[in-house]
Amino acid sequence: MINRILILIWKELLAVLRDRRSRISIILPPIIQLFIFAFAATLDVKDVPIGILNRDNGEQAFELVQRFHGAPVFSHIIYLKGVEEIAPFIDNQKGVMVVSIDEQFSRNLDAGKPANVQLILDGRKSNTAQIVVGYTSRIVDQFSADFDAKVGFEPENAALISRIWFNPNILYYWYNISSLVATLSMLTCLVVTTQSVARERELGTFDQLLVSPLVPFEILIGKIVPGILIGAAEGTLMMTIGTLVLGVPFTGSLLLFFLSLFVFVSAISGIGLFISALSSTQQQAMLGTFIFMMPSVLLSGFATPIENMPTWLQPLTYVIPMRYMLIISKGLFLKALPASIVFHNIWPMAVIACFTITGAGAFFKRRLQ
Amino acid sequence: MMQKTLAEEIREGRWRRLKALWTKESYQIVRDPSTILISVVLPLILLFLYGYGVSLDLDHLRIGLVLEDTAPDAQRFAKSMTDDPYFDVKIVRDRREIIPDLMSGAVRGFVVVPSYFSAFRYRPDVIAPIQVIADGSEPNTANFLQNYVLGAFNNWLIQERLQGDVKRLPPVNVQPRFWYNEQLESRFFLLSGSLAIIMTLIGTLLTALVVAREWERGTMEAMMSTNVGIVELVIGKILPYFLLGMVSMTICAVISVLVFGLPLRGSFLLLGLVSAVFLFCALGIGLMISTLAKNQALASQIAITAGFLPAYILSGFLFEIASMPVWIQCLTYVMPAKYFVQCLQTLFMVGNIWGLILFNLLPMLGIGAIFFLITAYKTVKRLD
Repeated sequence: MINRILILIWKELLAVLRDRRSRISIILPPIIQLFIFAFAATLDVKDVPIGILNRDNGEQAFELVQRFHGAPVFSHIIYLKGVEEIAPFIDNQKGVMVVSIDEQFSRNLDAGKPANVQLILDGRKSNTAQIVVGYTSRIVDQFSADFDAKVGFEPENAALISRIWFNPNILYYWYNISSLVATLSMLTCLVVTTQSVARERELGTFDQLLVSPLVPFEILIGKIVPGILIGAAEGTLMMTIGTLVLGVPFTGSLLLFFLSLFVFVSAISGIGLFISALSSTQQQAMLGTFIFMMPSVLLSGFATPIENMPTWLQPLTYVIPMRYMLIISKGLFLKALPASIVFHNIWPMAVIACFTITGAGAFFKRRLQ
Repeated sequence: MMQKTLAEEIREGRWRRLKALWTKESYQIVRDPSTILISVVLPLILLFLYGYGVSLDLDHLRIGLVLEDTAPDAQRFAKSMTDDPYFDVKIVRDRREIIPDLMSGAVRGFVVVPSYFSAFRYRPDVIAPIQVIADGSEPNTANFLQNYVLGAFNNWLIQERLQGDVKRLPPVNVQPRFWYNEQLESRFFLLSGSLAIIMTLIGTLLTALVVAREWERGTMEAMMSTNVGIVELVIGKILPYFLLGMVSMTICAVISVLVFGLPLRGSFLLLGLVSAVFLFCALGIGLMISTLAKNQALASQIAITAGFLPAYILSGFLFEIASMPVWIQCLTYVMPAKYFVQCLQTLFMVGNIWGLILFNLLPMLGIGAIFFLITAYKTVKRLD
């Protein structure tokens, strides 16, 4: 029996890896995606162009404008000449923000009255705009404090000190790599498993498999193991590239990582096989893959955090295996996640794996009868 | 009966063949459930996923507050945080209590008011610190957490100063105005951008799968053996799917406006024009993929990796292109989705900004034309 299963596994692996195009399609795209995604997927804000409209000729306004020049985030500063230039500047997305300093600015400040700085932001990019406002507020606050000190007021002696743990410089690619390990191994695993049965059915070889001495359980194992192997290999490859080539730290336990990866790709293989069993052509299988993959990517916390979703939608994410793997992967890469929290996230994946694998098995059995 | 000239006959023959092709393709679309699945069901699923699932708005930021100091000053600061509607504050006395929550992700950061805070506050020689710790494993949330805490801190400072003897406010006020999106709902820009992703997917998948199927089954060669010319073949293949794509675009746009409350400040006609040009590109990519791959499984895989993922990552719908490394920024210029996203965001949220839209239409047309040329070239070679 073991021998039969091994032969089937070998056959499946050959079916996937023998064809040059399908071999390339398993190895190359994930690596390209890893590199592009790692550096492109950033919500960070740097080098965004901004506009400054300074209608005040005073010394204070000049001083404030100089501070914007000194800030590393605002490397492209464009000077506007009049209020009428603001709308075209924002509308045509020449920049995300216009800092508008009115004629009264220096006069008000020197007279001890509050002065205003108006910021006009492009709401089309509300996330970037809010981060830019954050940077600008810090620049202006610092300017305010220095001005107060200059005119002899007692400086404020309470201060806010910020620290970022686990990723001190908020590097997006650290976050991306640790998430992509989960995403890309899922993608590869799905492509391999969903195609396996559907292709055989389309080519008619599935019937041959059914008349062979293999019992449904053995076919199930033989079809699932290659998916797990290839998915886990992909995950390991991504993790190796991430840590060794791109220098992302891995602070947690490797053993826990491989254990979680194994449970995760088992759950995914089960789902893949389930989709495969449901579909009668490769095209249907591919669509099924896609219909499963989209919610996984969008609702797992990979695209945007789960806590931002409406409350009614959040419970839905509990059935997505990737949700748990993302927590584990990010945690083990960056946070040195303790074993208790890892196990807390492994068992839901194990439950999903049991359900999907038995579900796929049930389908095979029905096909036989 | 008038004698027809040769030219007329040729023209007529071309029309007849095109019509025959359109009829054939239309039957194929109507009779194949998967085309309806791709063009109607899939966009709706995607639209709802993007509309509800993808959001950058942190309405309830879960944050810990470690109050080691319980003097009135510290209490007032705590109040400024608990009063803030954006925070879900969990107050503890010791920072060891909050660290497990930070590890598991139950809070995204915490604020520490140290035990010596109020003592230091009234000494001129030292600064009374309040510490913010943010979880860097969620970078965007960490950024926002810092900004929000800074906001709460500044509010508290203003309150303190108003109560103090000097009654002096910070000399400079920052007044941000967010044009076109006063409520700062990320949903608006994400949703309008996501239409570009949905259309990329539909356009690419539709043609990629359908044409690859013809290659796989050998019916493409059967068609080539008829006297249909290459241009006719491409037009005949594309037009029905183009109409189908426009239908799903219309459905998506209408649902975005009616269900999700996305404003449509530009004109509907211009939206139609922009979508048509983009669809031309997307179908071109799909056609090219299927011609090159000639195999459904591979074609759909390439369609997803080459069509969907770049549109998702490199179109600027979620991630700011200006913040990407230069070599990736160069890549974004060949992504038709990048131009479409800009057009959509502008048409929905701002209005008809002609300069911007024309500037984005031209590259799309160019890219689409290139894809069609490659397809035509490759198909001709195959005929030999």
